[in-house]
Amino acid sequence: MVAPVTSVEMPAAAGDAGLLRLWAEFAESRLAVVALACVVILFALALAAPWIAPQNPYDLSQLSILDNNLAPGSRSADGLTYWLGTDDQGRDLVSAILYGLRLSLLVAATATAFGLAIGATAGIIAAYFGGLIDAAIMRIVDIQLSFPAILIALILLAILGKGVDKVVVALVLVQWAYYARTIRGSAMVERRREYIEAARCLALSPARIMFRHLLPNAFPPLIVVATVQVAHAISLEATLSFLGVGVPITEPSLGLLIANGYGYMLSGLYWIAFYPGIALLAAILAINLVGDRIADVMNPRLKR
Amino acid sequence: MPPSLLEIDDLKVHFSLRDGVVKAVDGLSLAVGRGEVLGLVGESGSGKTVTGFAILGLVDPPGRVVAGSIRFRGDELVGCPEPELRRIRGHDIAMVFQDPMMTLNPVLRIDTQMIEAITAHERVSARAARARAGAALAAVGIASPDERLAAYPHQLSGGMRQRVAIAIALLHRPALVIADEPTTALDVTIQSQIVAEMQTLCAEAGTALIWITHDLALISGFADRVAVMYAGRIVEQGPIDAVLAAPLHPYTRGLIGSLPGGGQRGAPLDQIPGLPPSPMNLPPGCAFAPRCARADAACGVAPEMVSHAGGRATRCWHPHVALESVS
Repeated sequence: MVAPVTSVEMPAAAGDAGLLRLWAEFAESRLAVVALACVVILFALALAAPWIAPQNPYDLSQLSILDNNLAPGSRSADGLTYWLGTDDQGRDLVSAILYGLRLSLLVAATATAFGLAIGATAGIIAAYFGGLIDAAIMRIVDIQLSFPAILIALILLAILGKGVDKVVVALVLVQWAYYARTIRGSAMVERRREYIEAARCLALSPARIMFRHLLPNAFPPLIVVATVQVAHAISLEATLSFLGVGVPITEPSLGLLIANGYGYMLSGLYWIAFYPGIALLAAILAINLVGDRIADVMNPRLKR
Repeated sequence: MPPSLLEIDDLKVHFSLRDGVVKAVDGLSLAVGRGEVLGLVGESGSGKTVTGFAILGLVDPPGRVVAGSIRFRGDELVGCPEPELRRIRGHDIAMVFQDPMMTLNPVLRIDTQMIEAITAHERVSARAARARAGAALAAVGIASPDERLAAYPHQLSGGMRQRVAIAIALLHRPALVIADEPTTALDVTIQSQIVAEMQTLCAEAGTALIWITHDLALISGFADRVAVMYAGRIVEQGPIDAVLAAPLHPYTRGLIGSLPGGGQRGAPLDQIPGLPPSPMNLPPGCAFAPRCARADAACGVAPEMVSHAGGRATRCWHPHVALESVS
């Protein structure tokens, strides 16, 4: 037994304080705070759509074809006000946008979650084992990234067919490579650190070292990429739906609403495509602004 | 000498790089007895750390053990299948690293890291493992171990972190601990405390210790034997007091001469001229010859290890003290 040391450095910054500091830095940009508020509001609206929407746009029995193509502010026969007008099926656009936003965000978030899981796993494995395994995984990533995302998604959907789940699969397959490449880079750096050697000296299993030791330390750069990729996923889904290979017409996402209204633009019925477009733009812009700010906060080289 | 715990024979670890082969360890032979404290001394790049990793079977590509044998308790470790090596790693042979800032995972709490070190080798409940971890921290002199267990590494001081690393290394009462310059990154006062603690703990548990360092003065107080490494080989080994008192190899002599000592104030320290050779391009013959004042034509041929009286050995054609050769 050795005599105990009494002089102790007291815990300085705990995890909570670290988060507070990050938030304070994030909040230095007012634009980013507004954008974050927008993101939160949009997500809240999307989640609450079934309860706050005046109408269920998927329920055809609630739609009245007589109310089709009404201008914003018109009233329906049964006293409902269509604040943003209706589309060619007589759908209330407020409801359609809320449900469309819900679908767009759901698809993007699910695709990002799965893409992140697959990409992070592949990247960590590549960085940990190195050599041939690394080369094989990273060449697949290179090939994947050398094709335009929209092309890969179009081909996949042409093969798989329409459907929300299929769009998610296509988005995951398009996006995992970004995550794999990003996390491999940071994991290669962490891999050379002594705590990994130390963990190997303790005979911890490779899986444990990869996912408990390497992953949390290599993860921060992925947060930035993932935020931006959510926005990419939303716009890619909208593009696919606009092109008619995305979600089915019975469950319109924002992209499909825009595609629907596109044909009426020149006839003066601007609102059918315009308002869903604004919602889409707001969502993508807000998420991108938040992502940019996170990137700034987390990049030590940009510190003043 | 007690029966050998670890015997390394003619070990060669080479790194094949694009511009050539780096011979980090090139024909190293070494023996460590049970409970013995061996100082492994050498300059940066002499292959000390690589030797440590080779013992644990953790030489990463492009490095490879190309020849030689490492026997631990009589079992060959070179070419030993990975599952068996993993049973030994951390359990029978443990390692303590140089920089305590880097050897603990910054995102995991101390208890998490200690518990996983225990459960890697033993099937015990998390609660029992945590209790053992607390006891281990107390044994290395950490006050209020329960609080420290819940801390993250950045909340502890450097000395404290190195104590945690030592506690982790000693968790399974290993037969051998390889300490790779464990005190280099610490303050001098902490350094001596850590040395004293390691010494006490290893003596209590009968643990053998390979203390890798470039600091002869540090190990002079507690090592039983010393092995001096130069360019991937042992150039001299023997009981520490004898080696320090009368070094045989000119390199050892140079190392000792470069230590500041009493009565030298104002006088320049003796330096070893030149730089260590690039391990990619070792001189033929004796690797130290280009820097050696005693070198002559004979040194163009690599000298063999020659045993001298008193359990000493050196690899030199012109050792400083002509002791009677025994073999």
